[in-house]
Formats: sequence, C-alpha cells, structure tokens
Amino acid sequence: MSARPTPEDWRAKLAAGPSGGWLMGLGTAILVVAPLGLSEFYTGLITSALIAAMLALSLQLLVGCTGLVSLGHAAFYGLGAYTVFAITPAEQARTVLLTLPAAAAVAGLAALLVGALSLRTKGFFFLMVTLAFGQMVFFLFHNTKLGGGADGAYLMRPTLSLGDWQLPLTRRQRPLAYYYLSLLLLVAMYLSLRVLLRSLFGRVLEGIRINEQRMLALGFNTYRYKLGAFAFAGLLAGIAGHMYAMKEGFVNPELVGWHRSAEALLMILLGGLSTLSGPIFGALAYTAIGEIAQLVTERKLLVEGLIILVVVLSLPKGLSGIGLGWRKGREQPPAAEAKPHD
Amino acid sequence: MDFPGLLAQLLNGLQYGLLLFLIASGLTLIFGVMGVINLAHGSMFMIGAYVAYLITARWGSLWLALPAAALGGLLIGAALESGLFRHFYAREHLDQVLLTFALILLFEEFRSLLVGNDFHSVPVPPILDFSVPITAQFSYSAYRFAVIAICLLLAALLFWWIERTRFGAIIRAAAEKPEMVDVLGINARRVHLTVFAVGTALALIAGALAAPLYAVYPNMGDGFLIISFVVVVIGGLGSVSGAFWSALILGLVDTLGAAYAPKVAGLVVYLLMAAVLLWRPAGLFGRRA
Repeated sequence: MSARPTPEDWRAKLAAGPSGGWLMGLGTAILVVAPLGLSEFYTGLITSALIAAMLALSLQLLVGCTGLVSLGHAAFYGLGAYTVFAITPAEQARTVLLTLPAAAAVAGLAALLVGALSLRTKGFFFLMVTLAFGQMVFFLFHNTKLGGGADGAYLMRPTLSLGDWQLPLTRRQRPLAYYYLSLLLLVAMYLSLRVLLRSLFGRVLEGIRINEQRMLALGFNTYRYKLGAFAFAGLLAGIAGHMYAMKEGFVNPELVGWHRSAEALLMILLGGLSTLSGPIFGALAYTAIGEIAQLVTERKLLVEGLIILVVVLSLPKGLSGIGLGWRKGREQPPAAEAKPHD
Repeated sequence: MDFPGLLAQLLNGLQYGLLLFLIASGLTLIFGVMGVINLAHGSMFMIGAYVAYLITARWGSLWLALPAAALGGLLIGAALESGLFRHFYAREHLDQVLLTFALILLFEEFRSLLVGNDFHSVPVPPILDFSVPITAQFSYSAYRFAVIAICLLLAALLFWWIERTRFGAIIRAAAEKPEMVDVLGINARRVHLTVFAVGTALALIAGALAAPLYAVYPNMGDGFLIISFVVVVIGGLGSVSGAFWSALILGLVDTLGAAYAPKVAGLVVYLLMAAVLLWRPAGLFGRRA
C-alpha cells in the first residue's frame, strides 16, 4: 500500500477542480465571517491553525508535489520568525510592509543554501541531511545569544502602517487584524501554488515525483527544479513564521525544532498528499483534535503519537481519502514498488 | 592548551566517538538491510540509559545493567520488528518517518509516566571510580577507559559477526541484493528480526554505558540521534565500517571543538557534514551513487 498519490489521483483532483474550488470557496467564506460570532480565544486559536496551515501548505510543495520528504522545514519557519525579531529595535515596532518581505527573503535564501547542499542527496539521505541542517539552525538560536537563547525573546509586533499612517486598531481589534492578515496570506499562498502547479514548472515537479530519471532523460535539469521548489517552499514557510512572530509577539527555539517539522508532515498526511487543500484541512483538523484532546488529557505527546499511529496505520490517504473512498468505491491504488534502497 | 589537556580531550573524543558508533551502527545496519529509517533509535538509547539508572538505583550495580540493557534491547527490537516495522518496509518514506516519530513521542510519554521528568545522575561503578595516572600531572577516568574498551570489544565482535560468519555473509548479501537472498531460500524474516534486534540492543548498551557520563534526562535520545544521522551521512548510508571511522572523526572534532572553540562548537559538526556533502555526497566511505 502506498500513501503517495498516483498520477490518476492528481488528474482526478485537477479535473475535479471546480468542485474542489467550490469547497475551498465555501471554507474561505465561512472563515471570513467566523470571527463575528467567535470569542477572542477562538479567533486566536483559528489564527494559529491558519499559520500552521501556511507551514503545512509550503511543505506540501516539497512532499506531495515533488516527492521530497524534508524533516527540516521548520528551520525556515523559525528563521522567518527570528528575522522579525532581528530587524525590530527593542523600543519601536516596524511596519509589516518591511518585516514580511524581509522574513520571506531570509527564509528563502537560507532554503536556497540548505537546498543546494541537501539536494545533492536522495531519499533517506535527504531526510537525514535536512534534519541535521534544521537542528543546526535550532542550535544556533538555542545555544547562542543571537535570539535570546534557549528561553526565546519578546518582540514589538509589526504594525499595519505605511509611512506615518497607521491602521487605527484598538487593542481588541488587533487579534482580528492578525486573523484576517493570516487568512489573506493563506489564500494568496494557496492560489499562487495552484497557478504554479499548472505551469510548466509545476508539471516538471510532478514529473520528478513520479519518475525523476525520465525527467532527466527528457533533458530537464531536475536539480534546478528541485532547488527552485525547495527555496520557494522555504520562502513561504518564512511568511508563516513571520505571522507567528506577529501574532504571538514572541520567538523561541522550539519554532525551529524538528518536532515542528514532523508536525507539519503529520498535517499533510492527515489532510492527504494529493491536493493543495489537504494540508489546510489537515492543519485545521489537527488543531481541533489537539484542542479537544486537551479537555481529556494533559499528555499532549501521547495524543499526538496516537493520532499519527491511527493515521499512518489506517488512513494512508489522509482524511480526504475517506471522501475519495465514498465517492468512487474502494479503488485499490497500484501496488507500491518495493524500493528499499533509494 | 598544554599537552595533558590535549591528551584528555583526545581520549574524551575517542570515547564519545565510540559511543556514537554503537548508536550509528545499529541505525546504518537496519537501514542497509531493511531499507527503513528508524527515528526511534534515539529512544532506544534513552531507554538504555534509564535501564541503567533504574537498576543501579535498585541494586547498585551498573554491571547488572549492561546485560539487562542488551537483553532488553534484543527483546524490544524483536518485538518492534515483528509487531510493527515488518509491515512498513514497502511503505513510503513519509509513513516510516511519521510512524517512528510517533514511537518517539510514545516512548517519551511512557518514560514520563514510569520514571517522571527529573534529571538523574548515575554513579560510576565503585571499582572504576578512580583515575589512572598517565603522566606525572595527568590522570584519566578509569570508567571512561572501561567505556572505550567495552565499545572497542563490541565493535570488534560486530565486525567479526558481519565479515566472518555465515550469518554475516547473509546480512551483507541481503543489503546488496535482497531478491537473491529470497531466491536462495533463506528466511529473510529471520535475518530482519536478528538485525533489528541486534541494532536495537547496541543502542540500549550505548545508553547504559553513557548514563554515568552524561546523566539521565528526558529527550536525551534526540541529540544523540541527530549526531548519529550526521555520522551515517558522513560515513555513507548502510556502511558499518564507514560509520566506525566517521563516528571517530566526529567524536574527536566535536570534543576538540567544544574545548578549543566553544563559541562555534555545536556548529562544527554540521559544517563538516556540509563539506562532505559538497565533496562526496555519497559519504566518505560510501560507494559512489
């Protein structure tokens, strides 16, 4: 059994574009009006879920689209958050128009560098190398005074301002502003990835996922395409990290740790590998499950571990796989090629 | 730094590198034969350390803890292989990664339930609680010497097992051409079970040996797991002798780095990995892809 989407899945999903888009449109509409009826706590919770969705969505470009499983993606998320900290003076907030591009650029450049080295390897090697580089970034923030050390640091939140003009927000309206900005960025990210996947670039990535040798034989420099995807995914993760720093006003090394990278992978697997909407639903579902589980037990890791076991053992296509099964009857995917040595 | 200081750091590096080898060899063997990545290998190290802590706290003897860790490792490894991993050899990387990540979380929760979240120190065995004088001004911990000796002995046994025995030949064949091993009518399941059990036992022994040196604490496996990954990447995935040399190199580099350039010490290991990736992406001792 394989969790990897078959080409048929992709074609079916792409062909089913309108209905998928309809669902996404409805979801977006609900999210736009939701804060009107929600308390500040739930607005904040959904904002966190939206930020997690951005991280998972950016990782999907690598995992689901290109077939690259990275365990160091949180490094770029954390770098985005720490960039906000680094360029914000202690006493004065910066405008989001400066911090957002800066976070994206730093994370993207770091991903370009890490990707250039890691992509010289494949398969498990790639996994270990991305994990090791991720830990290197973690170490950088955890063991040095660069970003407040192991305890993290508070920062002045970026403001929604342009020059001398500032969006007039009361203290109570600020969480709403973060909510809508996150939603806006998530939608923009989703749409831009959708366009990207339908371009030649996206087709080549899909080709690499299915059979890299064939793409090489066709004359594509697959290394460059993979590097492009890795850097862009890192850039998007940096944007997610920026929103974390903006919402929480706080950064700490846990943002960078490999636990967060694994969580993002889990959200992808939970939502399904074969769509762009999967990671978004996965992130929302994961946040909801975590919140409900907190009512029952304090042991967060136990809950997370059990969720993974259930998903990996019984839902190899994620939550969306349930829907697929209902609609088309139980289609058996082609048996996975046993390839233990790549 | 003076000469005795340097000698102490070299010995520390050797001892650290040999411990890393015990962990990394299991990782690389399991990968080489079954093609599965086991993130929970670090948890095995952690369990070994807690076994040492519990047994020395109860019966006061680390010597009892070492065979207990070895035996426990064989049992845990066999149980994990036959109950779980066996069904995941043909699955995607992502599934294997998340499954073994889930195991880390569950093992940590069980550890927290059974032993709590405190730091514990484990006493060095009384017989070895002295220093061996090397020169007039310099002496070195007898326990660390013992760790070096035990690790070298285990490494020699492992190489003998893989290179000189019939079963070792099967392991090497299974890593090279698994179909051929099947065709020859060899019971691949037994090979997988044995390799997994032995690899796990090595990690537990490493944990038990490390307990008096580094104390025992939650998530202690994480750091060792990631450095072991770097060992495996530099040594070449699936190569046990590669893992041996790269573990020694990394142990020395990391220890000397911590002593002479403490500000960048943690980074040196990763920079070394980056350099190896640039120069020989298949690892120093791996065959070229």
